[in-house]
Amino acid sequence: MTTTMTKRGSAAGPYVSAATNNAALAIADTAVKNAAPELPTLSHEEILRYSRHLILPDVGVEGQRKLKAARVLLIGAGGLGSPLALYLSAAGVGTIGIVDFDVVDVTNLQRQVLHGTSDVGTSKIASARKRIAEVNPFVVVKTFEEPLTSANALEIFKDFDIIVDGTDNFPTRYLVNDACVLLGRPNVYGSIYRFEGQASVFAMKDGPCYRCLYPAPPPPGMVPSCAEGGVLGVLPGLVGTIQATETIKLILGAGESLSGRLLLIDTLGANFRSVKLRKDPACPACGTREITQLIDYEQFCGSPHVGGDPKVSFQVPEITPLEAKAKFDKGEIDIVDVREPHELQIAKYPKVTAIPLGQLSDHIAELPRDRDLVLACRTGMRSAKAVQQLQAAGFTRVWNLAGGIHRWIDEVDSSQPKY
Amino acid sequence: MPTTLHLPAILAKLADAKALESDGNTVGEVVADVAVRFPALGQRLRDANGQPYPFVTFYLNDEDIRFKGGFAATVRSGDEVTVVPAIAGG
Repeated sequence: MTTTMTKRGSAAGPYVSAATNNAALAIADTAVKNAAPELPTLSHEEILRYSRHLILPDVGVEGQRKLKAARVLLIGAGGLGSPLALYLSAAGVGTIGIVDFDVVDVTNLQRQVLHGTSDVGTSKIASARKRIAEVNPFVVVKTFEEPLTSANALEIFKDFDIIVDGTDNFPTRYLVNDACVLLGRPNVYGSIYRFEGQASVFAMKDGPCYRCLYPAPPPPGMVPSCAEGGVLGVLPGLVGTIQATETIKLILGAGESLSGRLLLIDTLGANFRSVKLRKDPACPACGTREITQLIDYEQFCGSPHVGGDPKVSFQVPEITPLEAKAKFDKGEIDIVDVREPHELQIAKYPKVTAIPLGQLSDHIAELPRDRDLVLACRTGMRSAKAVQQLQAAGFTRVWNLAGGIHRWIDEVDSSQPKY
Repeated sequence: MPTTLHLPAILAKLADAKALESDGNTVGEVVADVAVRFPALGQRLRDANGQPYPFVTFYLNDEDIRFKGGFAATVRSGDEVTVVPAIAGG
């Protein structure tokens, strides 16, 4: 089976390296047509299932056979991965690979429509496999329930034609980019934050890559994650569906790819806008090709959890909720809540000084240096940054509340909701 | 007619506006002007040396300023500068 699929993939392969311009499209089209006899055939059941594609001029029987031959790897089965997995499987992409090692959490369900309430607690890979089988049993699903790393990325990627980046962190985005450039695989990119998204297609022949757009990542903590900053549930639906559309266009060799353009999606302004992306001749990945092998991306991104547990790696003094409560009741500590004002309405600590993390630097002078201060937030991440900020300003009596309001609710006050 | 600087939501809260106007003659002057008016935003737009960060891309109309001279790129009346910082959510 593996041999067969590899042969099928390479038969349809030219589509993945073209489509940046009409000439390339024409070459790819010719190559695909020449290779058409090697594309897999469609059964009667498949012909009926894909009827609305088959009567579509730019898809047709040959296009559907290209979709069946295609092998697409999804990095992440979360917000972006959900619409990707659903639409690409429904469309009849023959082989879908998924890399994810997360477990379905109830807080995922607001946007990760691949998973359902009954899947909470199970692995996303298992949930995805079950759902895809329900959407389209003709799809071959290959799963990789492991973190994507420099050690396994090339080995996993090599058996796929197109890689779709639906991850949620900078180290993996640079890893996906570099692996795609090294292997010559298109990288269908999507990224989201709060109400806004970005989409493009990177690493096409003669096209720019992610490093051409962003040569280096922001320092840890400068850009909050969706877990910290929130995300509109429907946004990954929009952006993931755009990624799915680009993926299908690449497979079909149809239309104009987003390669060379960055699509900016603003849901609040109801604006879709694209700007030009240029290949940077000095780009170490796709320009000078200095990057000849995958690197340590955690180190490259300056991630605080290099080689360790992210929960303890900020290396700031910590205090547990039970200890903090005892000291608070004796009047020995002050709690400084660095969450946003709208979060304070959901769950509260007892009497606090409330200063959102982003405004902490403006209010440092107002905080007492002769008192023990416990910095607190939702899970302990933002407050750890706040502790570091105060330490840098010369404060010595500052502690991070371990686990934030979540652990506080578990151990001190179960009357309040988690969020 | 001044130049308009468009901010994504992630940065707009620092200026309490999604778009700001400035009379600078270059993208760098526009950014410097905005940085003086909104210091917290300024720190997110340029580094301590006044240079653009590698993770914040500026578009002059729809062209990346890195291919038009960076912050030295000349702006004309009515031009639009769009700030596109790296985001990683998925």
